[in-house]
Amino acid sequence: MNMLNLFRHHAAMLVGALLLSASLTVCADDIQDANKLFKQGQQAQALDKVNSYLVEKPKDAQARFLKGLILTEQGKTNDAIKVFSALTEDYPELPEPYNNLAVLYASLGQYDKAKLALEMAIRTHPSYATAHENLGDIYAKMASQAYDRALQLDRSNTTTKTKLAMIQDLFAGGIRDKTTPARNTAAADSVAANKPQTAPVATVPAASAPAASAPPATVVATPVAVAAATTNAPEKIVEPAAVDNSGEVLKAVDAWAAAWSSKNVKKYLAFYADDFRTPDGESRAAWEITRQERISKPKSIHVGISDATVKFSDNSHATVKFRQSYRASHLKTSGHKTLLMVLAGGKWLIQEEHAK
Amino acid sequence: MRKLSLFLLCGLMVSTAHAAPDSRTTEAQLVKSLQAIQNNRLDIALNEVDDLLRVNPNFKLAQLVKGDLLMAHAVAIDNFGNAANAPRKKIEDLRDEARVRLQRVQTQLPSKLPPRYLWKLDAQQKYALVVDTSRSTLYVYENVNGEPRYVADYYITIGKLGTEKVSEGDKRTPIGVYFVKANLPKNKLADMYGSGAYPLSYPNEWDRKNGRTGQGIWLHGTPSDTYSRPPRASDGCVVLANDDLDKLAPYLQVGITPVIITNQVDWANEQDQIERDALLQEIEQWRKDWSSLDTNTYLKHYAHNFSSDNMDFAAWAKQKHLINSAKSWIKVDLSNVSVFTYPEQPNMVVVNFEQDYSSSNLSNRMKKRQYWIKQNNHWQIIYEGAA
Repeated sequence: MNMLNLFRHHAAMLVGALLLSASLTVCADDIQDANKLFKQGQQAQALDKVNSYLVEKPKDAQARFLKGLILTEQGKTNDAIKVFSALTEDYPELPEPYNNLAVLYASLGQYDKAKLALEMAIRTHPSYATAHENLGDIYAKMASQAYDRALQLDRSNTTTKTKLAMIQDLFAGGIRDKTTPARNTAAADSVAANKPQTAPVATVPAASAPAASAPPATVVATPVAVAAATTNAPEKIVEPAAVDNSGEVLKAVDAWAAAWSSKNVKKYLAFYADDFRTPDGESRAAWEITRQERISKPKSIHVGISDATVKFSDNSHATVKFRQSYRASHLKTSGHKTLLMVLAGGKWLIQEEHAK
Repeated sequence: MRKLSLFLLCGLMVSTAHAAPDSRTTEAQLVKSLQAIQNNRLDIALNEVDDLLRVNPNFKLAQLVKGDLLMAHAVAIDNFGNAANAPRKKIEDLRDEARVRLQRVQTQLPSKLPPRYLWKLDAQQKYALVVDTSRSTLYVYENVNGEPRYVADYYITIGKLGTEKVSEGDKRTPIGVYFVKANLPKNKLADMYGSGAYPLSYPNEWDRKNGRTGQGIWLHGTPSDTYSRPPRASDGCVVLANDDLDKLAPYLQVGITPVIITNQVDWANEQDQIERDALLQEIEQWRKDWSSLDTNTYLKHYAHNFSSDNMDFAAWAKQKHLINSAKSWIKVDLSNVSVFTYPEQPNMVVVNFEQDYSSSNLSNRMKKRQYWIKQNNHWQIIYEGAA
């Protein structure tokens, strides 16, 4: 399946204070070599190296994790599942193996298992952005299955694309954060803390002629977060997507913040439209270099988004305003930000970015 | 939009807790899920809907609710049936079903008294069915010593274009007093009819008298891939979930069980008993006057716009004079009398009986049906024929 959006970024592998302190001292070079080979696409050699390393250190989490990644790349999904599954048993406090297990289950269409694994990842680290994002995708996928059954739709061509992120670096800093951010992906609140979040509005319209004794047959649920652009266009909805666009836009903004937070420069930059207006009118290339430096430098970054509103000027252009909190190793700021976003090739991309 | 009463919700949970899994439980679970959504308990809502889908995976409305509940985790959703590119008609159909099922669960049986249509059941009629199309509900009543007693009710689907069928192909469900005419077993039916079919006696004598056309109005089940259909989806048939039809099947007697289809059920009151007794007296008087061979008095029981299958009043009167003049005596006995008031026709009843006729030169026994109409506070026969 083409859903694995594998991270190929340059964030250095960090030694987690959690466990590996001893394991990397002896043959740290070996495992780093294996990692290099893996990133160069030389899976067979990478696997050899990891396996020989594991003879010495059969319990080593990082090596086993890398092995799981290599097996995934080689398409040996079931073997990879075994590796990650064993990791979750031995190191239940690590969210990454759960996440990757979920991605693999999802690739097999086993969404219930995938969901369970992601919930475990989030239970261990409630603000783990990638797991939240993946969980959102899993939910969307399961929802579309249910919709298909409800409406007997043939969606062979229009399947909602999931974009599940496989975590490449077990202990890359910044991917997860110790504190709960102001706003995560839509699912963040619900699963971690057991409290309700965006409710589906089951607005069953009031009965046309209710009997005198009968209370109106109506289910009302709290309206959903973003009110803009949700006007129910009656009759001729040319683009059915128009109704829930704000959700899509916010999802893109969340994913952008998540990419930034995970210091995934490539993914971060991919959120900018081709015609993005650089802040000082510099060339796109020059701007990208600046961004890359800025994002790579801090050990960790956390970007939180709150109070977001979406306004549409038309079906493919939206203005998103929100409060952005930025926390890096040595810097902590917050302020209002405005993004002008454009729908291009099915994705919401940033055209302009203004901070106030 | 008003909040649902908590009291009803509690009552609902108590009443379903001990019931065996059936369509009532299924419906109650669905409603519980919708109510949980309203209370912002999406976790409970999803559990309920998952539970009921385990038993009835083809319950499309439940799948839609599940889709919404899951989708709410991924994106903000703002409408019932949030599926992208969903056909509008299908969503609206399912929305209608949700509304109807909510209403069904939220409203108790409106009256302790039975529907007024069942004035008199005969001993053979073990059960009677009353369809309230406005509530998408079929009620089952058992004949307990001549008195109807509520047994069960089921969610039903009726014609796409509603009720009051007039002509062939109008996709409407007829309103009237009908009888189960046949029993078509599953193995002789296409899949779309589900676990069985029971043709009804549409068009009946009153329908034909009013020039209504069409045929093939059946009670039947749902296709194998469908738990239930939207409230208005058939071509005029009354459609039940297969599980429900299977439960209904033992109650149905071919040629005997009445099926009264209404726009909205009128419930009986004390006045009905008085009126019924007055009518039964009138029927008894008709029998006596016929037996007395006093043809003119006998004919006073017939309305001027009377018709039989091929005779108007004049022809009927002429024939009766002719027959009676050739007889020295007649004896008429009635048994198995049943009486049903007619929906949407407050002054009309359908009377069925077995007639034991003997005379000086001829004797026979037959099943008969009469339509009596009350004009100027006086009951008269407007139709009579073999049943």
